[in-house]
Amino acid sequence: MAAKPKPKEKAPTGRVNSPKQLEALRAAIVARKNPKKPCIALCVGTGCLAYGCVDILQAFKNEITKQKLENSVDVRGTGCPGFCERGALLTIYPQGVFYQRVRIEDVPEIVNETIVKGRVISRLLYQDPNTKQHYEKEADVPFYSRQMRLLLDANSKIDPTSIEDYIGIGGYSALAKVLFQIKPEQVIDKVKKSGLRGRGGGGFPTGNKWQSTRDAEGDIKYVICNCDEGDPGAFMDRSLMEGNPHSVLEGMIIGAYAIGSHEGYVYIRHEYPMAVENVMMAIKQAESKGLLGTNILGSGFHFKLKVSRGGGAFVCGESTALMASLEGKVGEPRAKYVHTSEKGLYNRPSNLNNVETWANIPHIMLKGADWFSGIGTMTSKGTKIFSLVGKVNNTGLIEVPMGMKLRDIVFGIGGGIRDGKKFKAVQTGGPSGGFIPESHLDIAVDFDELTRVGSMMGSGAMIVTDENTCMVDMAKYFVNFLQEESCGKCLPCREGLKRMIQILTDITDGKGRDEDIELLERLAATLKDASLCALGQTAANPVLTTIRYFRDEYEAHIKEHRCPAGVCKPLITYSIINEKCPGCGKCVEPCPTKAITFVAKKQPVILDQEKCIKCGTCYDICNLKAVAIK
Amino acid sequence: MNKLVNLTIDGRKLQGEEGQTVLEVARDNGIDIPTLCYHEEIEPYGACRLCLVEVTKNNRSRLVTSCLYPIEEGLVVKTATERVISNRKMLMELLLARCQGVKVIEDMARKLGVDKPSFKPEYWEKNECILCGLCTRACAEVVGTSAISLVNRGVNREVAAPFLETAEDCIGCGSCVYICPTKCIKMEENGDTRTIVNWKATFKMQKCQKCGKNFAPVKQLEYFRKKLNLPEGFFDVCPDCR
Repeated sequence: MAAKPKPKEKAPTGRVNSPKQLEALRAAIVARKNPKKPCIALCVGTGCLAYGCVDILQAFKNEITKQKLENSVDVRGTGCPGFCERGALLTIYPQGVFYQRVRIEDVPEIVNETIVKGRVISRLLYQDPNTKQHYEKEADVPFYSRQMRLLLDANSKIDPTSIEDYIGIGGYSALAKVLFQIKPEQVIDKVKKSGLRGRGGGGFPTGNKWQSTRDAEGDIKYVICNCDEGDPGAFMDRSLMEGNPHSVLEGMIIGAYAIGSHEGYVYIRHEYPMAVENVMMAIKQAESKGLLGTNILGSGFHFKLKVSRGGGAFVCGESTALMASLEGKVGEPRAKYVHTSEKGLYNRPSNLNNVETWANIPHIMLKGADWFSGIGTMTSKGTKIFSLVGKVNNTGLIEVPMGMKLRDIVFGIGGGIRDGKKFKAVQTGGPSGGFIPESHLDIAVDFDELTRVGSMMGSGAMIVTDENTCMVDMAKYFVNFLQEESCGKCLPCREGLKRMIQILTDITDGKGRDEDIELLERLAATLKDASLCALGQTAANPVLTTIRYFRDEYEAHIKEHRCPAGVCKPLITYSIINEKCPGCGKCVEPCPTKAITFVAKKQPVILDQEKCIKCGTCYDICNLKAVAIK
Repeated sequence: MNKLVNLTIDGRKLQGEEGQTVLEVARDNGIDIPTLCYHEEIEPYGACRLCLVEVTKNNRSRLVTSCLYPIEEGLVVKTATERVISNRKMLMELLLARCQGVKVIEDMARKLGVDKPSFKPEYWEKNECILCGLCTRACAEVVGTSAISLVNRGVNREVAAPFLETAEDCIGCGSCVYICPTKCIKMEENGDTRTIVNWKATFKMQKCQKCGKNFAPVKQLEYFRKKLNLPEGFFDVCPDCR
């Protein structure tokens, strides 16, 4: 993305007052970097933090100093490359050697072998669990090779706390182009033409939203970034905000210019401490460089941005509840018959977009609407970031073009189901998304196809389940989550979810009634039709889709008091398969209630059903599969 | 007068003023739409959802809450379609399951053709409060005291004074008692005191210096005297004797 420097402009040390000066600064940054100089880039995102990456990073710095390599090797902490379960993740440039599951004790070896001698340590390479093949380069790993990382790619290339790194890879050139070459209306036309739809879940055309806010009457207008990501298992926005906060800011400044807004907010979860820290730092840096605040890049346009931290209520991700929370009120939604583009924050025209939506904007401005609309399907353009979690071999954050087959995501990128088990369903779209079964695995993943099969895009969570997952139990889990997160304002959501969880608990306890499935469906219809906000309107999706695709499991629980997946405790019993049990006694000691009695070697152990609490410890311990669940 | 807007409700061609809601126009014209959280003196809230109606615009029909939906030129409204009725019935079932023995709810349910909830009887509750928020909104919007509010989230939501203790800002006016649709806020008067039981607040009453009747809490009168800039001693005499 970096453009050639103009020869005469001197690189500014403080404020950047023109596009020329920005290019001069970029040229200076690029010139300082020697592309051949080895760089150890270690992920310091939240996932890898849990693997002790901060200590590992320090250990690398110490080792480099110890070996007197400070001048010939760079060490850099980067954002999240997405393959979190394989953390800590490390890439060594310029070769691009990709190491995973790096531990602090590996540090001296990596420096001695790979940095000094140029040898690859095969133990630290990614090995495909199915084919056992090793991969040296990140781009070749099946988890990455099928992705299209427009937004996430920079995460592993830059230090998110350095604005110079971002400028070095072409950052803020879209802003400079927009401010000096494109009129606000043309920016909106470009966004409309690109076909970009909101990534927060609704999928509303972004350009149209901007247009409404621009057209709305009022002197003061706001732009807001929604970083109140709260779906279980989802961390797309967190990773972008942590790993590349300037890309989001750049998108917001462009949006503000197009809409005619001079004030904006980033609403971000307090539970995302690193994202909060990085975006606050990014705002300060951008202000000091004159890329945010007054007279941006000498254009005369000004835009002030503030950070507001949310207290963690899931419902505050809903736009009207978010705005109420921003105003310091209780975060409860209101009806949107008058759109927030007309009356939003403080009753003024407000444009709210999700983190990922904002991050797409600089790319569209630089590479054009046609380029963007060339990616994806008829109705959904560009890429989408998903958090692929659950029972797949490769879990993590992925970015794929819209329209990729769900099967390719689960079995290609995800590498199929763990331990060779059978796929059952994938839930997309967060807690109020639906479960998609095997029969629909060949759908092209986009906004409309996901809705058609009863689920939704949501913000992009994908939870894969296998044959050992009970679908009634899963539906119960998500309804329970939503029941706890419902604000309680409107009757159907508050009372309806409470009744729904009672019915589902009865079913999983073996106390379901024949009429319960029909009652769940009637309740679901009212939740959908009568709830005030999207939380309630979509809350029944997990129940509706599991009834639609796995009705037999509901019926087995209700009619036969049987949990086919062997999950629902009141409906299952553990027993010892005498023919398989050699009486090794390995399960005796770990049993928390002493329900298993050792008889003698080569004689099966005895399990006392009275004492058994169905914890599953014996089942997990037995290598010979001599414990049965019925 | 605002601009007139033409719309159709249940086949009747009607006119309303710009800025009015569907519910207001319907009620002005004698069309009955059930509500529990609506009061004409208070900002509509949209919590009970009973006022759902089906509106059609540009050949697209959807359910909206009539207490909040602003009328538009050419809007077609149906207040009792099959979809509206079945949703209202389920809402009544949910209310009945929450509020066993609450007369206003039982009467309303009967009127809508619901006699008992389909949920297991062991889960039915005897809650008198329906969390419509009329009391808290009256307290904030009409009286201006905000002595009580809705606290907690979801199923734990309740109306309460701060920290579930005595409502210190309560002036004992009793607006919450009068406006509560299920009459679940209890007020007791005993000689020269008044207690609002739910908010654990007791007030000394002002005695009329002419007729001797205890006519209102001293705190309430003092609140209004200051708010309206009236002279001291203005409320020494009750309105009947003034």
